[in-house]
Amino acid sequence: MIGYLKGPGRVWVGLALGAVVLFVLAPSVLSDFRLMLLGKYLCFAMVAVGIGLAWGRGGMLVLGQGVFFGLGAYLMAMHLKLSDAGPGKAPDFMLLYGSGVVPFWWEPFRSPVVTLVAILLLPAAIATVLGLAIFRRRVKGAYFAILSQALAAAFAILLIGQQTTTGGTNGLNGFRGFLGYNLFDPVNKQLIFSIAAAVLLAMLLLTWHLYRSRYGELLVAVRDQEERVRFLGYNPANIKLVAYAIAAAMAGVAGALFVPIAGIISPADVGVVPSIAFIIGVAIGGRNTLLGPVLGTILVAYAQTTLSEQFPGFWTYFQGALLILVIAFLPGGLASLWTVVKRGRRPGPPSAAPMAAAAADPALASEQKVSI
Amino acid sequence: MAIRTDYLEVRGLTVSFDGFKAVDAVDLTVYQSDLRFLIGPNGAGKTTIIDALTGLVGATGSAKFGATELIGRKSHQIARLGVGRSFQTASVFTELSVLQNLDIAAGAKRSPLALLGVRRGIPDIVSKALETISLTAEVNKPAGVLSHGQKQWLEIGMLLVQDSQVLLLDEPVAGMSADEREQTGQLLKQVGADRTVIIVEHDMEFMRRFADSVTVLHGGKVLSEGSVAQVQADPRVQEVYLGRANATPDLAEAMEPADNPADESAPSPRAKV
Ligand SMILES: Nc1ncnc2c1ncn2[C@@H]1O[C@H](COP(=O)(O)OP(=O)(O)OP(=O)(O)O)[C@@H](O)[C@H]1O
Ligand SMILES: [Mg+2]
Repeated sequence: MIGYLKGPGRVWVGLALGAVVLFVLAPSVLSDFRLMLLGKYLCFAMVAVGIGLAWGRGGMLVLGQGVFFGLGAYLMAMHLKLSDAGPGKAPDFMLLYGSGVVPFWWEPFRSPVVTLVAILLLPAAIATVLGLAIFRRRVKGAYFAILSQALAAAFAILLIGQQTTTGGTNGLNGFRGFLGYNLFDPVNKQLIFSIAAAVLLAMLLLTWHLYRSRYGELLVAVRDQEERVRFLGYNPANIKLVAYAIAAAMAGVAGALFVPIAGIISPADVGVVPSIAFIIGVAIGGRNTLLGPVLGTILVAYAQTTLSEQFPGFWTYFQGALLILVIAFLPGGLASLWTVVKRGRRPGPPSAAPMAAAAADPALASEQKVSI
Repeated sequence: MAIRTDYLEVRGLTVSFDGFKAVDAVDLTVYQSDLRFLIGPNGAGKTTIIDALTGLVGATGSAKFGATELIGRKSHQIARLGVGRSFQTASVFTELSVLQNLDIAAGAKRSPLALLGVRRGIPDIVSKALETISLTAEVNKPAGVLSHGQKQWLEIGMLLVQDSQVLLLDEPVAGMSADEREQTGQLLKQVGADRTVIIVEHDMEFMRRFADSVTVLHGGKVLSEGSVAQVQADPRVQEVYLGRANATPDLAEAMEPADNPADESAPSPRAKV
């Protein structure tokens, strides 16, 4: 019961702390360059929040979130390219590599409203269609993981092949404005950063509510005993579908915000490697917790920037080693470090006792064995 | 809960696995408040009958509850029609609390909007079930820390809040202590008063104590059916359980050592869900 009272309080304190850091501290101490870097991490963290929901709570190892991230990103990038080009004109790279004729499926994204709606709905809609096909057929576990991974690979290959309409390997870049604001102006950079921070916090709030809701409990039930849930009269496919679609929508929004912050989107940002990197951050942070995925992802992204600046080529190995260490010795991720230290012994298999707190407040659940 | 007088009527139920008939033209009629025990040696097809009635395996023939045909429907639809089952190995949600387990079981008909809400307090139907299964004190404990017997009771409680009119229980007292068996028997009598109940059991003593009627299954077919006394006196039943006819007439003595349900090392024909 104490856990229950402390739980919501802890989350509010955490979110308030996050707000102070992101809205006040970061803009005042970080250079514009570093601020944009952090902004990129925040976008990755949004994807991570969705992965926490789908994988941590729903048991779906979503190894292909790069697809939805990429969808959101390319939608936004198309709009920025078109608005940079001006009404009726074609983006620069089309003039350079192609015929200079804007393809019909680009045209709707001249409108900021259409673009925004598409960013919010298209990734979720595609996830719904995919999810219906996958979950109704009871594809799960490693098969699901491989399928989503293959999707990311296919998506990247598709993009690379369309040099004249998607920019191919180079992707889309060189954006000058965002909804009429000059992207080179530091004030506007800070504004975009603040938008990303606000969106991330809003996603955390939404996810926190989902974790506490009856739906959140049901999702855990499906994760642990899908068949049992079926015999209680639920269709587990629909329950999983909701989490999968929300995770996709979060990744899509993340991608859309990534574009004006990073100034580029290319197949390298949406394929297999970034998709796995998302998962690694979540696993390291603690997939079953609310804040673990966010902190883990920011930490990993930060480490990647720093280490690959200093020791190029070394990062991949380090990342792999880190993942193995966490899975072997800290299956609940860094978020479970607290519980482990408190118990004063090495983490054994998750015992039921710490889960009592989780039962009262799922947002606190911190221990979870990693299974694929 | 409205009293229903519907009964379960199974006709010609057949389940084949690659040509092997695990259940072969089984007829069963079970009325409300008649605690029906389904017994038979390992591999007789008892679990497969429950699987067929709940849509887990495909079957031919017919199984009606009231006017509703069950065969051919999906598992979750059958559950919504009021046919609930338990599993040979207790399968509660170990990481969720007793309350959460029951609340989920009670909620299959909740609207999406209601699902997105946070539960406030304990729903009436859940607190009633908690009393019935004597787990009120355990309400906030994770189901994983319950004793084996308590887990089975929680399963029964979940069937109750699910508003199941037909309960199909697969070895509910396996591995329980004598005390727990007695309590479970009383519980089943109580909940069976206004429901249709089929209990699959190996424990003959338990069966003799609580069965109103018995169906003996062998090789996928119904071998014998009737009261406990009638079934026990049936020479075909004795033959199946003893391997030869006209040995010890006392079924309980004969079957107990051969089919100890608590014996975890007994070869399992397949992984249970
Ligand atoms: N999915 C399946 N595929 C193939 N054969 C199966 C399958 N399920 C059950 N069988 C076979 O069907 C027969 C009946 O099995 P069932 O599990 O119904 O027996 P049971 O009466 O419940 O036995 P027990 O008392 O050991 O639980 C067995 O021979 C079993 O091997
Ligand atoms: Mg069985």
